[in-house]
Amino acid sequence: MAYLAIFITYIFINNFILTQFLGLCPFIGVSKNSESAIGMGMAVTFVMGLASIITYLVYTFVLIPLNLGYLQTLSFILVIAALVQFVELIIQKNSPALYQALGIYLPLITTNCAVLGIAILNINEGYNLMQSFSAGIAGGLGFTLALVLMSNIRERMDLHPVPRVFKGVPIAFISGGLMALAFMAFDKALLMNLLG
Amino acid sequence: MNILFAFLIIAMLSLLLGLGLAFAAKKFAVEKDERAEEILAVLPGANCGACGFPGCSGYANALSAGTAENGLCPPGGAKVSALVASILGLDESSGGANEKMVAYVHCRGNNAITQRDFIYEGLEDCNAAYLLHQGDSSCKYGCLHLGSCIKVCPTDAISRDARGVVSVDPELCIGCLKCTLVCPTHVIKMIPYRGSHAIACNSTDKGAVVRKICSVGCIGCMICERKYPESGCQVTNFLATIDYNKEMTQIGEAAEACPTKCIVEAR
Repeated sequence: MAYLAIFITYIFINNFILTQFLGLCPFIGVSKNSESAIGMGMAVTFVMGLASIITYLVYTFVLIPLNLGYLQTLSFILVIAALVQFVELIIQKNSPALYQALGIYLPLITTNCAVLGIAILNINEGYNLMQSFSAGIAGGLGFTLALVLMSNIRERMDLHPVPRVFKGVPIAFISGGLMALAFMAFDKALLMNLLG
Repeated sequence: MNILFAFLIIAMLSLLLGLGLAFAAKKFAVEKDERAEEILAVLPGANCGACGFPGCSGYANALSAGTAENGLCPPGGAKVSALVASILGLDESSGGANEKMVAYVHCRGNNAITQRDFIYEGLEDCNAAYLLHQGDSSCKYGCLHLGSCIKVCPTDAISRDARGVVSVDPELCIGCLKCTLVCPTHVIKMIPYRGSHAIACNSTDKGAVVRKICSVGCIGCMICERKYPESGCQVTNFLATIDYNKEMTQIGEAAEACPTKCIVEAR
C-alpha cells in the first residue's frame, strides 16, 4: 500500500513538472514531437530510478557513518553526472536516431533539477531503499506523463492558427500553466479517499 | 581531520565513477568514420534535404560509407563536390557539372489582377486551399499567395509583397527544391542562376481564357517565338518557355514586344 501511495504521489499529486516546477528545460525543449518526448521520458525515468538507488546507498553507507551528511548535494551531483554520461553512451550505441533527436537535452539531464530533487526528497522523507527506488521510478513516470501530454498538445497546436506573437514557446508555456492548474485537482485528500 | 575525510571520500567517489565511465566508454564505443566528420565540415550545413538524406550528417555518413554519389548537394555546388572528392580520394569530375539553379515563381498575378472564383477563408496554407476546387483563383496554374513555400524555405529567400506576389531572392536561394515540392500548383520551377529573364506565367489555358481571368498571363500569341527566333522562347500548349541552353540575344526585345509583358527580368 505504501508503494502505491508513493506512485500516486509522484505521478499525480507531486508531479515534478506540473506541481513542483522542476525540470522545465526539457519540458519545453523536447516536447515538440511525441516520439522524442517518450525517449526523453524513458531516459529520465531510468536515470531517476538508478540515481535514487545509488544516492541512497552512498548517503546511508558512506556519508552517514562518517558523519559527512553535509556533503550530500556534492556527492549526489557527482553520481548523477556520471549516470547521465553512462546513459548517453548507451543511447548513442543502441539508438543513434534517438540520440540525435534528444540532442543537447540529453547531457542536460545532468543539470535536471528533477533528478537531484528526487535524490534529496528521498533522504528528507526518510524512505528506505525500495521506497526510494519506487519514488525515483514514479517521479520519472510523472515526468514522462507531463512530457507526452505536452508533446501531443504541441503537435496539435502546430496545425492551428496561433497569434504570431504566441507562436512556439510562449503558447507552450501558457498551455503548460493551464495543465498545471488542472493537475491541482490531484491533492493529498484524493490520496486519503483512495487508500482510506 | 574531518575535512581530510570529506576530501578523501569525494576523491574516491569521483575516481570510482570515473573508472566506471572509462570502462563503459570502451565497452559501448561507437566506431566513427573520420572521413564522415571531415565531409560534414565542408558541407553547407543547411540541412535542407535536397540530397535525399536526412540532413547534412546523413549525407556525410552515406558518402563515407560509399552508398551515395558525390555531387548531390545543390547548395554546395561544384565547390563542395570538389572538396568531397578530395576527401574521399575520388575523381575531380565525380561531382558532375552542376550549374547553380535557383527557384523562380512563374506567376505575377495577385488577388487584384487575377479573377477569383470565390473567397477563401481557411487555414493559411496553399495545400489546404488547393483541396477546395484547386484554390480560390480562377487560374488553376498560378500562385495561391498563401505562402507555404515561405514556411519551408530554409534560408528565408522567399518573400511576399504587399499585393501578395511571391518572389524568390536568387542570391539567397540555395536550390534545395523544397518549395517546388510543397507548391500544389507547381508554379515554382528551377531556372539557371545565370538566366536573365523568365516567363512569369504557368497557365496552359487558351489565350482567350487567360485574357478573361488575368491581365498578366501568357496568352500563347507566339510573338516571342516567331518574331524573335534568337530569344530562346518557344510556345507549347499556349505557354511560352525559355530554353536557357540557347543563345538568348533577342530576349530583351521579345520582353518589350510581349503584349501582356509576361517575359520579365529574373532579377
